[in-house]
Amino acid sequence: MSTTSSAGYGEPMPAQPGVLPPEVAALLDVALVGELTVVDHDGRPITYPLIPLYDGRHVFMTSAVLFSRKLRHIKANPKVSVALTDPVGVPAEPFARATIQGDARVVDDDLHAGWEALLPLWRAKEPAIDAFLKKRFGIPLFFERSIIEITPRRALYWAEGRTDETPVVYELVGAG
Amino acid sequence: MALAPAEAVARARTYRHAIVSWVDDDGYPMSVAGSFTAEPDRALVEIGPFEEASTPPPGRELCVTFSHIRPQPGVGYDERRYVNLWGSAEVDGGRVRVTATRATGWDESELPFMEYAERGVPKAHEYFDAVGGRPRLSAWWKLFLATRLPFLTATIVPIALGGAIAGAHDRFDFGWWLLALLAGCAVHIGLNVANDLFDDLSGADAANTTPTPFSGGSRVLQYGLVSRSQMLALCVGAYGVAIALGFVLAAARGWGLLWIGAAGLVLSFVYSMPPFNLVARGLGEPVTAAGFGPVMALGGYFVCAQQFSWEVVYASLPIAILIALVLYVNEIPDRRGDAAVGKRTLPVRWPAGRVVAAYAVAVVAAFALVPIGVATGILSAWTLITLLAAPLGLRTFRGIRDHYDEPYALMPIIQANIGLHLVAGLLLVTGYLLANSFA
Repeated sequence: MSTTSSAGYGEPMPAQPGVLPPEVAALLDVALVGELTVVDHDGRPITYPLIPLYDGRHVFMTSAVLFSRKLRHIKANPKVSVALTDPVGVPAEPFARATIQGDARVVDDDLHAGWEALLPLWRAKEPAIDAFLKKRFGIPLFFERSIIEITPRRALYWAEGRTDETPVVYELVGAG
Repeated sequence: MALAPAEAVARARTYRHAIVSWVDDDGYPMSVAGSFTAEPDRALVEIGPFEEASTPPPGRELCVTFSHIRPQPGVGYDERRYVNLWGSAEVDGGRVRVTATRATGWDESELPFMEYAERGVPKAHEYFDAVGGRPRLSAWWKLFLATRLPFLTATIVPIALGGAIAGAHDRFDFGWWLLALLAGCAVHIGLNVANDLFDDLSGADAANTTPTPFSGGSRVLQYGLVSRSQMLALCVGAYGVAIALGFVLAAARGWGLLWIGAAGLVLSFVYSMPPFNLVARGLGEPVTAAGFGPVMALGGYFVCAQQFSWEVVYASLPIAILIALVLYVNEIPDRRGDAAVGKRTLPVRWPAGRVVAAYAVAVVAAFALVPIGVATGILSAWTLITLLAAPLGLRTFRGIRDHYDEPYALMPIIQANIGLHLVAGLLLVTGYLLANSFA
């Protein structure tokens, strides 16, 4: 599928359908924190800082059942965005900012072990997760987790993090 | 956690950038980050400038987020904190102004992650109900947690002491001693499980949002890992094993043992069972001291020597006091949850200063009993090695004095206090073994 531009933004950049452009993927690969924004039952945005993971096709986040409100919002309205904004939490060189809009799916058919499929991606960013996991009996509900699987639809990229300048927009039509 | 808008904006000033999010015309959330200024007095934040097409439409409801972490290379990150505030967009050129009307946030330096997570337990159960699931954990770990197996050191130490004194009197019998140890552990498991059941029924454990691995109960009921009926079955089973072993031991080694067993059972029942519920009356410490001091030690001695001994009673007093202090210190982080349901333990009844001072007096008394026992000829001089454990008491004293209101900073202190009982008890046992070896 071809890329298209959104009114008000600059010329769209070519992107492979279903795959985030390399510069956005590079931010995701190093991001220790990203801001997941969901839409609540009143239609208002609500943002959650979470660790984002990317497998080359989907953006993943996980949520313990202890903090499940966001999961309910996503089930009611799957439209979400993930922003990569923090120069400290996203230690990319050169620094840039991006926002990914997409459709999310909550995977909760195996809360106990399903999320462990993401451990290799998670471990790469937070090696301490293995130590925590060995003590899962101490905080068992923290390790009962849903996966938030996000299919990117559009990505906006601000070189050098300059949001006072026009972003490059990637329309990922047919993504996923 | 909910924040007052002005407070949220004041906190926002400690962050480096703001993220403005709104729902765009396609229905997707849109987020853009930039620098900002904040006026807490007016609960006002101004963010930007933004490129025109990256700016929210005027009047659109915004969520403005301030987020911080500190990366820890090779580990992950810490210092997690964030603030969210909401309001309508006022747009002036590329700048966005928001007057906050409501706000939330979390700062792990103020609300430790463990407590933050504990507060989410009701939400977790709602979610499990919605998806038709249940939390899972292996049967072994559920049994480990439900029985609070590591706390069995409280039983092992006095029964080992009773056996060591029997050895010093040339009356030790490993087989009967081992059966007594099993009976004591069964009573202890029954007590632990019963205590969890009663604290669940009273709401004390649910009201406690600052449990630690050493206090606040096993949490298996609060987390939905096991049911009340399963816990009741475990409790009845443990007491059943204890009573059966007690009768076997009494029939084989002397019916006087029944008095010791009966005392142990009665103490474990009245500890938390209504209407007695002595722990809620500030009497948990003497009950614990009696049960896990003289009663257990006498049991370990009687099955070998087939008689009572005042020496055993005296020798068990230091570990009786120290095990009571394990309960006492564990009650410090639990005191708010306990108070909320009328469980008036000593740390609920007393001000912090008195709790800390009483701890110091009790530790000194526990250790003073050893040289006094040696001086009066009750104890062997070898038992003076028990005093080597005293620094752990000093460490615990300093810890509870300095971190009284910090449940999670108390965790290593609680651990040291448990270690104090275990190390002092094992040293006392070792003293008897050495006395026996060099006699």
